[in-house]
Amino acid sequence: MALWVAAGSLLAGLLGALTGLGGGIIVVPLLTLVFHVDLRYAIGASLVSVIATSSGAAAAYVREGYTNVRVGILLETGTTLGALVGAVLSGFIPTSALAILFGVVLLYTAYQSMQPRAEHVLADQPDKWAQRLRLDSTYPTPNGLQAYSVQGVPTGLGLMFGAGILSALLGIGSGIIKVLAMDHAMKLPFKVSTTTSNFMIGVTAAASAGVYLHKGYVQPAIAFPVMLGVLAGALLGARLLAVIHTTLLRRLFTVVVVVMAAQMLYKGFTGAI
Amino acid sequence: MEPLDPVTAAHRAKLTDHEVDQIIGRLLQVGVLLAALVVLVGGAMFLREHGATVADFRAFVPGTSELRSLSGIIHGALAGDSAAITQLGLVLLIATPVARVALTLVAFLYQRDRLYVAVTTLVLALLVYGLVWGKA
Repeated sequence: MALWVAAGSLLAGLLGALTGLGGGIIVVPLLTLVFHVDLRYAIGASLVSVIATSSGAAAAYVREGYTNVRVGILLETGTTLGALVGAVLSGFIPTSALAILFGVVLLYTAYQSMQPRAEHVLADQPDKWAQRLRLDSTYPTPNGLQAYSVQGVPTGLGLMFGAGILSALLGIGSGIIKVLAMDHAMKLPFKVSTTTSNFMIGVTAAASAGVYLHKGYVQPAIAFPVMLGVLAGALLGARLLAVIHTTLLRRLFTVVVVVMAAQMLYKGFTGAI
Repeated sequence: MEPLDPVTAAHRAKLTDHEVDQIIGRLLQVGVLLAALVVLVGGAMFLREHGATVADFRAFVPGTSELRSLSGIIHGALAGDSAAITQLGLVLLIATPVARVALTLVAFLYQRDRLYVAVTTLVLALLVYGLVWGKA
């Protein structure tokens, strides 16, 4: 079984890297729906694989100068606190309710992946909070360094707290919510929000993974094929990204996500999970 | 010693910023690679020992404390237990982002940025709390 789990995880990591949606979002449904693993073990294994892929990718991003380290570390207070709260809550929420929540998040991910993501106009009005916290920065563009000012800091922090809770409850990176908070609420440039989000995902996942380790959610026999498989898939995906046309793949992935959403919702409502 | 003119000082600060980024990037790579290697060794040993037996993970059983506490994992790994070695690799992986936050703290200390020293200390405290005590 371990080899099949590794193969499935490799595919999840590969698709996650190629579509930019992350492998974590389909690892949990894969483990619970296909391999009939208990949801708690699946969440533990998925969180560990999320740390592996985000740290691997972040290593490349930090050097390019897009990541806003101050914004990242400030928002991490929200995500890590949320992750610890989520890890506590998970003990009180029935797995069927978690499955329903997972289904809803999968549907939202599918919807989000269909939306064109246009670059918004950069804010030029300085924000009181951003100035006090010295968040405004620059990022490299073909025309040299472009300055930007950060908006909506309290809203962003609140959303991040929610992202942390969701990440712990479902064992996912919650990349979509992080990008939503940084794109829409805080008006960060596209590349800055994507890379800063990646910077934070590993830290958020580490907060709840630590707690889950003590709760026994991290089962080595399941976590090891998942972690190695997803990591290998993500590394392979990063290599293939340059040579593969991803539009069709993205549509295919969206279909997979919707099918898994339907199954998670069904299992959640019938209590079969 | 001659005092630095502001331009040179700024240039030096910029350099250290860049150096910090390089160190953090390297740390993440080494952490993930090391963790993956330990997990691979532990996992291969585990499969050799338990390959034929099909474990059932349909139901959640909290499991032995040996694999749920840092001291238990380290003791087990030193005794050559394959599951504990695998778990040790997973702990190394979880510790990698924590080490990154610790390095970020050192960088802010170095830059005498008091506000962000405080912010980073808070994040680090939350992470260490979760990993070491885990009694959230």
